[in-house]
Amino acid sequence: MTPAPLEYYLILSAVLFAIGVAGVVIRRDVIVILMSIELMLNAVNLAFIAFSRFLGALDGQVIVFFVMTVAAAEAVVGLAIMISVFRHRQTLDPKDMQLLKW
Amino acid sequence: MILFSILAVLSVVFSLLVVTQRNVVHSAMALAATLFVVAVLFLTLNAPVIGVLQILVYAGAIMILILFVIMLLNPTSIEARPAAWWTLGSLAAAALFIQFIVLLSRRPLSSAGPPVPDSFGGPESIAQSLFTDFALPFEVASVLLLVAIIGAVTLAQRQR
Repeated sequence: MTPAPLEYYLILSAVLFAIGVAGVVIRRDVIVILMSIELMLNAVNLAFIAFSRFLGALDGQVIVFFVMTVAAAEAVVGLAIMISVFRHRQTLDPKDMQLLKW
Repeated sequence: MILFSILAVLSVVFSLLVVTQRNVVHSAMALAATLFVVAVLFLTLNAPVIGVLQILVYAGAIMILILFVIMLLNPTSIEARPAAWWTLGSLAAAALFIQFIVLLSRRPLSSAGPPVPDSFGGPESIAQSLFTDFALPFEVASVLLLVAIIGAVTLAQRQR
């Protein structure tokens, strides 16, 4: 099966990435911000896989494998930090998490 | 091509739902749907192993983890929507998207993908690449996961 042209995949990837950025800027809830980051990582993965297919090299797919590993680690540590912060301050609003801000 | 159009529309709609849903659980379900659609997109690009891993790791493990944390913390309030932030964020995202499009249109890329063998992206070829060219990153990734496990346990445990 021949896939759609490379540009289409790259444009879709750009759209998904922009939506992820919008989510990080707009939302006032750390869990949704973390989910938006996952969305951005997925957009990048899509671009990697598309390039891998259209260049005929497997390296892109292996790099996506590593991106998934890092994303899993990031999600686990991020959620642990969230639980820890929520225990102390009873909030998920990033506005209230500004102890280190000067 | 038709398949790609359907998947593209679905993924954009679901990812917009992730950002716009006010209820966190609805956002999480929309994200799981997006991840499934992207996994099918991977399948159309001759990446079956990565597609299956996407469903297993992302839609399976990470989404379940996020849902568990949502239920554990039980954020009761539905967040307010300051209009200024929404305009600003949408404008920033639109500007970023326009930049991407300008970058893409600057250089014409070769559209037609080369024909690839049937084994492209199969478990055998991925493992071959992973354990020869990428052997060191693979080992570093295992250390990273170990550190993440320890870090998560240390951070989330109750202070005594």
